Amino acid sequence: MAATAKQKSGWITANIVTMLVMLIPVVWIVSLSFKDPSTITDPTFFPRKWTWANYSGIFSTSDFTRPLLNSIGIGLIATFISVLLASLAAYAVARLAFRGKSALVGMSLMIAMFPLISLATPLFNIERALGLFNTWPGLIIPYIAFGLPLGIYTLSAFFREIPWELEKAAKMDGATPFQAFVRVIAPLAAPGMVTTAILVFLFCWNEFLLAFTLTATTAARTAPAALAFFTGSSQFAVPTGSISAAAVVITIPIIIFVLFFQRRIVAGLTSGAVKG
Amino acid sequence: MTAKTEVVTAGEPVAANRGHRKQLSEGARAERRLGWLLCAPAVVVMIVVAAFPVFYAIYLSLQRYDLRFPAQAHFVGLSNYGAVLSSSYWWHALMVTLIITVISVAAEFAFGMLLALLMFRTIFMRGVVRTISLIPYGIVTVAAAYGWQYAWTPNTGYLSALFGDSAPLTKTGTAIAIIILAEVWKTTPFMALLLMAGLSLVPEDLTKAARVDGASAWQRFTRVTLPLMKPAILVALLFRTLDAFRIFDNIYILTAGGNGTYSVSILGYDNLFRALNLGIGSAISILIFVCVAIIAVLYIKIFGAAAPGTGK
Repeated sequence: MAATAKQKSGWITANIVTMLVMLIPVVWIVSLSFKDPSTITDPTFFPRKWTWANYSGIFSTSDFTRPLLNSIGIGLIATFISVLLASLAAYAVARLAFRGKSALVGMSLMIAMFPLISLATPLFNIERALGLFNTWPGLIIPYIAFGLPLGIYTLSAFFREIPWELEKAAKMDGATPFQAFVRVIAPLAAPGMVTTAILVFLFCWNEFLLAFTLTATTAARTAPAALAFFTGSSQFAVPTGSISAAAVVITIPIIIFVLFFQRRIVAGLTSGAVKG
Repeated sequence: MTAKTEVVTAGEPVAANRGHRKQLSEGARAERRLGWLLCAPAVVVMIVVAAFPVFYAIYLSLQRYDLRFPAQAHFVGLSNYGAVLSSSYWWHALMVTLIITVISVAAEFAFGMLLALLMFRTIFMRGVVRTISLIPYGIVTVAAAYGWQYAWTPNTGYLSALFGDSAPLTKTGTAIAIIILAEVWKTTPFMALLLMAGLSLVPEDLTKAARVDGASAWQRFTRVTLPLMKPAILVALLFRTLDAFRIFDNIYILTAGGNGTYSVSILGYDNLFRALNLGIGSAISILIFVCVAIIAVLYIKIFGAAAPGTGK
């Protein structure tokens, strides 16, 4: 049926309102980050005097560059290990019958729903005793643990969809088990693993509570936690501009990343939830 | 112990589903061994980092343990729990947390459903709308929270200027409203994605048939679409409720819990890392854990939400 003019304008209005609601808060932070310090207390939406000073400011101090490096390093390592371990477990959950499977699924679900604050103290105490406090491994290990439920959950949903008969077919055609895995199964499993890696990395990149409580200096503090420690260029300057610039720096790459991989992310977020 | 009951609850549907149990043949035994072997690394990490610390937190919560005087730590039984449960701070925090959770999850559900319908049905710019809607999901919570904080700061923010330069973040009611706004803006797209996946499972024939039978758009939505989406809706609500109950980032950045806007997580944080009282802080942590377990059990038992990943 053809849409009437009234329907058309209705949908267009709804679309525009939705996009404005999504975009305005983001544009606002970007705009703040370009405001000249002298006009920061000027509540206009767009800067009246533009400047790059906030950006050059944050990149000239290790208070920001080091946490940024920490975020990237910790995020990548935790994601890699987490997805690796999760794929082993997810393969077992999706393909094998064994006792304790439901306990495993139950345990990982429980951990996914865990209030992180309940772990902050014990981990704080344990890590101080083991010398892991304020180090990369001190954040990587908990991030692996919290990436695992997400990983097992998403990957087992993906793995259930893989036509595993192809492996048998390849073997019948004379492929060795290794060839069958590398040539047939791995390419089929790769999209699910990439998707899962994206979701786990987003979690690590976004995480604040543990990053904030399990670190004490910029040696291991990640970018979101570092924002909360920003001070102005002088004791009396408000760090609004630098915080906004830093917020933009840690946000924009992720937004581009999310938009670029949007199909995979949507598939990953919804795979387990709907198919069960 | 809470941990254990939870595992059983979440796992039950699978056990019930698996149906016939075969006699273990040699092959089945090998399969079982392989299954355990493959799961072992993940299980070890999860036990070491999550399960063990919970028991350690229970142990800490039974101690009088001030981090400034670690040598004086000693066993005090349940008195930390008594202290927390008889404190008006805990009940205030619980109330604030429940208000934020209930209102934001309800708002996210309403807006999320509208957004899901829009993304699913709109006849123009569908791709663009879907893409833009992922932005709040992708943004770092702390970064977005700073954006909201500055927007509502007098002499800095456009929203504050718009509403007459008041300082809404310094008053309990309006500050909580802003925390809810930040939370809803950030997580509605996630809710919408889960709901949209549910929408796509509703067969078009059914809504068409209802239309032929003379059902209005609203009737088609409430009588046909919603009931068919029930599993997806319950999973989305369960996820978001548990997530909202742990709210920390947004409050910490927006108000740091000042002016009576502290949630249970913020209260726990303050006792642990500001007052350095590990005993009281751990008791609060365990109580939060118990609340989360109660919420999960309520959803699964009362609303019949199938634990995701365990089948129907």
